[in-house]
Amino acid sequence: MAEVLIKNGVVYDPLNGVKGEKKDICIRDGKVVESVKNPKVIDAEGRVVMPGGVDIHSHIAGGKVNSGRLFRPEDGRKGVEAKTKVCRPQSGYSIPNTFATGYRYARMGYTFVMEAAMPPLAARHTHEELVDIPILDNAALPLLDNNWMKMEYVKSGDMDLLAAYIAWMIKATKGFGVKIVNPGGTEAWGWGKNCSLNDTVPTFDVTPAEIIKGLAEANEKFDMPHSIHVHTNMLGHPGNFEITKETYDLVKDIKPAKDRQVMHTTHTQFHSYGGTNWGDFESKADAISDYINQNDHATIDLGSIILGDTTTMTADGPMEYSLYQITGRKWTNHDVELETGSGITPFLYSGKSPVNTIQWAIGQELALLVKDPWKVALTTDHPNAGPFIGYPIIISMLMSKKRRDESAEDMHKVIYDRAIYPSIDREYSLYEIAIITRAMAAKALGLHEHGKGHLGVGADGDVAIYDMSPEETDAGKIQKAFLNTKYTIKGGEVVVKDGEVVATPAGKTYFVTPECDDKLTDEMVVKLKDKFDRYYSVTYNNYAVQDAYVPNPYEIKAPWRS
Amino acid sequence: MVEVTDVVCSLCGCVCDDIVVEVEDNKVTKVKRGACSVGKSKLMGHNRIKSPAIRVNGELKDCSYDEAIKKAAEILAASRRPLLYGWSSTVCEADKVGVELAEELGAVMDNTASVCHGPSVLAIQDVGLPSCTLGEVKNRADVIIYWGANPAEAHANHMKRYSYVSKGFWTEEGKKAKKLVVVDVRATKTSKMADVFLQLDQGKDYLIFSALRAILYGHEDVVPDEVGGVSKKDLLETAEMMKGAKFGATFFGMGVTHTGARHNNIVNAIQLTRAAHTHTKFTITPMRGHYNVAGINQVCTWETGFPFAVDLTRGYAWYNPGELSATDLLIRQECDAALIIASDPGAHFPGESIKHLAKIPVIQIDPFPNPTTEFADVVFPAAVSGVEAEGNVYRMDNIPIRLRKLIDSEYPEDEEILKRILDEVRAIKEKGGK
Repeated sequence: MAEVLIKNGVVYDPLNGVKGEKKDICIRDGKVVESVKNPKVIDAEGRVVMPGGVDIHSHIAGGKVNSGRLFRPEDGRKGVEAKTKVCRPQSGYSIPNTFATGYRYARMGYTFVMEAAMPPLAARHTHEELVDIPILDNAALPLLDNNWMKMEYVKSGDMDLLAAYIAWMIKATKGFGVKIVNPGGTEAWGWGKNCSLNDTVPTFDVTPAEIIKGLAEANEKFDMPHSIHVHTNMLGHPGNFEITKETYDLVKDIKPAKDRQVMHTTHTQFHSYGGTNWGDFESKADAISDYINQNDHATIDLGSIILGDTTTMTADGPMEYSLYQITGRKWTNHDVELETGSGITPFLYSGKSPVNTIQWAIGQELALLVKDPWKVALTTDHPNAGPFIGYPIIISMLMSKKRRDESAEDMHKVIYDRAIYPSIDREYSLYEIAIITRAMAAKALGLHEHGKGHLGVGADGDVAIYDMSPEETDAGKIQKAFLNTKYTIKGGEVVVKDGEVVATPAGKTYFVTPECDDKLTDEMVVKLKDKFDRYYSVTYNNYAVQDAYVPNPYEIKAPWRS
Repeated sequence: MVEVTDVVCSLCGCVCDDIVVEVEDNKVTKVKRGACSVGKSKLMGHNRIKSPAIRVNGELKDCSYDEAIKKAAEILAASRRPLLYGWSSTVCEADKVGVELAEELGAVMDNTASVCHGPSVLAIQDVGLPSCTLGEVKNRADVIIYWGANPAEAHANHMKRYSYVSKGFWTEEGKKAKKLVVVDVRATKTSKMADVFLQLDQGKDYLIFSALRAILYGHEDVVPDEVGGVSKKDLLETAEMMKGAKFGATFFGMGVTHTGARHNNIVNAIQLTRAAHTHTKFTITPMRGHYNVAGINQVCTWETGFPFAVDLTRGYAWYNPGELSATDLLIRQECDAALIIASDPGAHFPGESIKHLAKIPVIQIDPFPNPTTEFADVVFPAAVSGVEAEGNVYRMDNIPIRLRKLIDSEYPEDEEILKRILDEVRAIKEKGGK
């Protein structure tokens, strides 16, 4: 019986309402327990203690991440670190290799990361990489945004069959929920076009709005731990904030299956733009946060900018093409038959650029203007708005008005005219930081019921001990503490000590099994098999991800709601 | 007799997965449908390496796996500059152990891409690759270009399953409603099917790409009457076809990666695709050869950060093709031992490289004897992936598919042999043997 006692820590455990209390944490056999008898004692000596971090949206594994690595050896070289007794060789900055991804997240105190975009046809690839990411528990969201089957059901209004289809796809991909990226737009991109929210998707005669609504309804037919997870149409376009708000409104009247949001919208920074072109581009973080403040059915994550070079990648093929048209840098695209697509291009976020400055401001403005931190998760949409190792920078900004003011001075002066940033005084507390970096994400993903994001009895023994006192106000020291933990403990095992990785246990892969009526499934499968026979380039029987790809499974059943 | 459906072929980058075979008495007795003639031959089985062997006084002498593993590990552990090469005709599970072995040894990890589509990788690193899955081509493409490739003979099912001859959602009429352009230095079985055949002079691909780009950008006036052996009239016709496509797809092969301007050819081919985007949708895809050469590039990239020519001597990955590719290392006589798996440098490398390879200790892992066996010092027969072993592979469009196991093998899988070598190397190093 392996036991650990963390004593003298100041604990921030928002899901259990613990706001910086001196409290012991007891762990036995990987789980938090009431008490221990003969533990290994870790003296936190008054440092900040939080549950292991939970990232709700990050691109860490799969086809497009690896295409990014492959076509950017210049990024690979930035992060090389030699192997150690426990660590394998590391490479990469914005697109680290799989090993570095695990080590670096763990060093920041994170123990769970959601891979946010898994093309179903290439799901095996995502899982192969997840297996090679050490330490982190993980899951992946299959892309169900441009599937022909789904569009046909949305058009015909067969919501039960649509539910049967998404259930089959989530099971076949060993996925976690419903990810929607630029619905309809990527299908249109098959012909070099794009769709806005109310445009008609070529050939399929449905609108993205109808797709989103249909998928939200279908998702809530099961006890799904997570809501639909949406990357709304027209990402990155000036003036898109109206579309974003309209997207929120689509699902306002749908009842969630569980006590959670009906829609999580991701990397909201990219969707909170005003203006009509890049010349009069401005922040609409106020309009977006007003909506979120007034409504309770939608949650957001930030997609906050980290200045510097990064690698953008998304299933939103047409968006990456637009970005490459702007920069003229290299660009890779990969359309996926009957399902989705992807694009990748490098990007430099510069504080000298007025547009980048406003984008940079918006990400933080959203966190500061949304009043309830339970509606916000900290992300950089890694690596799109910047690599995940920039999280400590964002944390220090949110906690320090002084640091924000100093930083604003280094940005383009447009920040004083077309952003809200300089006028905001709010400073995040450590408790609120604990919400947006773990508790909120765990709850929005439904993983708090499976031991993630908190330290109550029965929770996973995933703990981060940051080398700082709760009274620390120096932004630089805060940033440093959140970059490298004093200890990261994963399932009761010390994996990081004094900022160094000391153990690399394998993580678990969480997947959801929506349970659908056999009759419905059988009816759906007739149509699906026809798609395979006529249009897919692989057979029906070779499509589903085999068990061998998920050697450390954690299954969550999602019963049909009668 | 058992009929097995959805069998996945482990021959070329097409990775056809709709093959039907009959199995009886632990033998594939019949390939009923789905496979091309070469794929069929692989599934049916042919001459094998019979036993592990160690070369003694110039002759390969049969031995046990234990003895061969010990010998291989001794060679690798004693090497100051080992090369681990091949990896393209095996599964990703084996490739992963290969990377681990390279890390342990501080070896150079290279794969067949370096003598194949390595130039394509360099071009992609320069400009990127606007591409798609093969099913996209099947369903949408009405203009297909094969450039420096002869699928009718080298990827025999490619046109039927994925491109010119296939039928899909918007291409129900099949080839009747499609145009085929073939660019090659000689007439081939593929070019005979073409609507337009551009027979160019050897090594002039770069010029043709440039001329077509100029036309697509509206500068046909700068194009001379003849470019690289092709008439301006034919170029204009090809450009018109590209412009008029609803969805165009270019596939390119060795004929363009290893001639003339090499990787610059591919950069130009990709730039031509981008030029086509000013008119319509167009994609471009390399015709990968080995069934899992795309897979070793994937594995090597997610584990080391780089797709091929990776040096792990320093404890971290260092990538420098041209310096660290297998042929270059061998020509410089730099490596002092090599492990060759699932490939045949003896048949495919330049003479100078083979000369050095023949001088140094070589360990070979392969189901089949080939010219490399002639000078290998330790030989391991392995199970045939896709017939006797399962595992993950990546098709030429990077779609992962799981090979099926059809029959039992008396030989161990590549992954197992590599793991045992790795364990033995670690044991030697622990004893301070290096």
